[in-house]
Amino acid sequence: MVYKERIDGRKFDEARKMEAEVGIIPRADGSARFKIGNTEAYAAVYGPKNLHPRFLQNPSTGILRCSYNMMPFSSYGERVRPGGSRRSKEISLVTQKALLPVLDLSDYPNSVVDVFIEFPQTEAGSRCAGICAASMALADAGLLMKDLVSAVSVGRVDDKIVVDLDYNEESYEDGPVADTPIAMIPRTGEITLLQMDGLVSKDDLKKSLEMAKKVCKDIYKIQEQALKAKYQKGVKNV
Amino acid sequence: MGKVNVTSKDVVVPGEVLATGMDNLPGIGTYRDGENIIASKLGLVNLDGRTIKLISLSGRYIPKKFDTILCKVTDVNISSWTLDTSSPYHAMLSLKEATSEFIARGADLKQYYDIGDNLVCKIVNVTSQKLMDVTMKGPGLRKLSGGRIIEVSSNKVPRIIGKEGSMVSMIKEITNCNISIGQNGVVWIDGTPEGELLAIKAIRKIEAESHLVGLTDNIKSFLDKNKPRSKQ
Repeated sequence: MVYKERIDGRKFDEARKMEAEVGIIPRADGSARFKIGNTEAYAAVYGPKNLHPRFLQNPSTGILRCSYNMMPFSSYGERVRPGGSRRSKEISLVTQKALLPVLDLSDYPNSVVDVFIEFPQTEAGSRCAGICAASMALADAGLLMKDLVSAVSVGRVDDKIVVDLDYNEESYEDGPVADTPIAMIPRTGEITLLQMDGLVSKDDLKKSLEMAKKVCKDIYKIQEQALKAKYQKGVKNV
Repeated sequence: MGKVNVTSKDVVVPGEVLATGMDNLPGIGTYRDGENIIASKLGLVNLDGRTIKLISLSGRYIPKKFDTILCKVTDVNISSWTLDTSSPYHAMLSLKEATSEFIARGADLKQYYDIGDNLVCKIVNVTSQKLMDVTMKGPGLRKLSGGRIIEVSSNKVPRIIGKEGSMVSMIKEITNCNISIGQNGVVWIDGTPEGELLAIKAIRKIEAESHLVGLTDNIKSFLDKNKPRSKQ
């Protein structure tokens, strides 16, 4: 069996439809929404603020704490059990590790920046959507950042290399599937997150990385526009 | 040879290439990466000769020496008070800096400043770890009573105060309120209920539109339009 055409009719190097918005949660220091296909992430940033318990404090820099949470009826299959799980804890950690390389919190010793990422609905690629939203929210919070982080999942479905797998492709049963979430700094191509689930050859992985680079550049443009749009809103009112 | 990609008052995002070539210098909020000058935060471009700087549009207050800030007393210690400063760090007000009155040994410090009191104070020292010492000795430094307190983004404080206090004087005059603004973004407003509400609306408007041109005129026409009719 050969995967000739994508199930939802996209091109092999085409991501799902994306939307981004910044400044949606007034009480947060920074906030953003990122939607890709049916996966939607809301990120809220609070801080830098006083960190307790004190043993977590780092006197040389502020720390970043991320929380990834899928809402109970957000996913396709069964209801997601509310609260943390092994999976959400792992994704919270990799999200934090994906964002830290661009962030400079050395101006805020002993403090913490909290990032809460919530998913009202998901359909594959949620950790990538979460990272995109969180990176916009951190910028919105006015923190020093070397760059924005963009993320997308790439991979292989049967014999084809595809960008931004959706749920049907992730669970494709007539051939091997590999799913590789990638987060990177689009301008430099530096990778901050690279995970993989499934089987893929070295050449295919290299090819898919190149495709991810292209899509991440598009995502950066969407993020940039969303951040700027927050301040252009005011222009229209006058 | 060098090329600047932005003009003053452009909004830029982290990672945006502001200029290429070695003719320009990276200022606050930017860094150099090889040939390029890159933005390292969300901000408003300010071209100052050859230097490219960014003005913050958001972010928490970072304590600075000699800033006047509005604080709330959160704890009373043996010979000092702990103050909440609406920033990631708290401030310490020592007995020596608290008052010029004589305080007897073992006196209850609550009779001077109690938990929950709001103070206008001045930062006298900031350590590398951003711990602050503040003083209450100085003109205009006092305990606040009555009125109401709102918090605004500390980056907008200079806009709310205006050039030589022009903006805040205008709000004070039209709304008939007393207003104190701390550099940390805490604002105290005291007046008639209508006046206070109007002043808050005006301040929120400044906060939302501070990066736009014609701010003073906009705020003036807004205040005139909504001015409380009966003045005491």
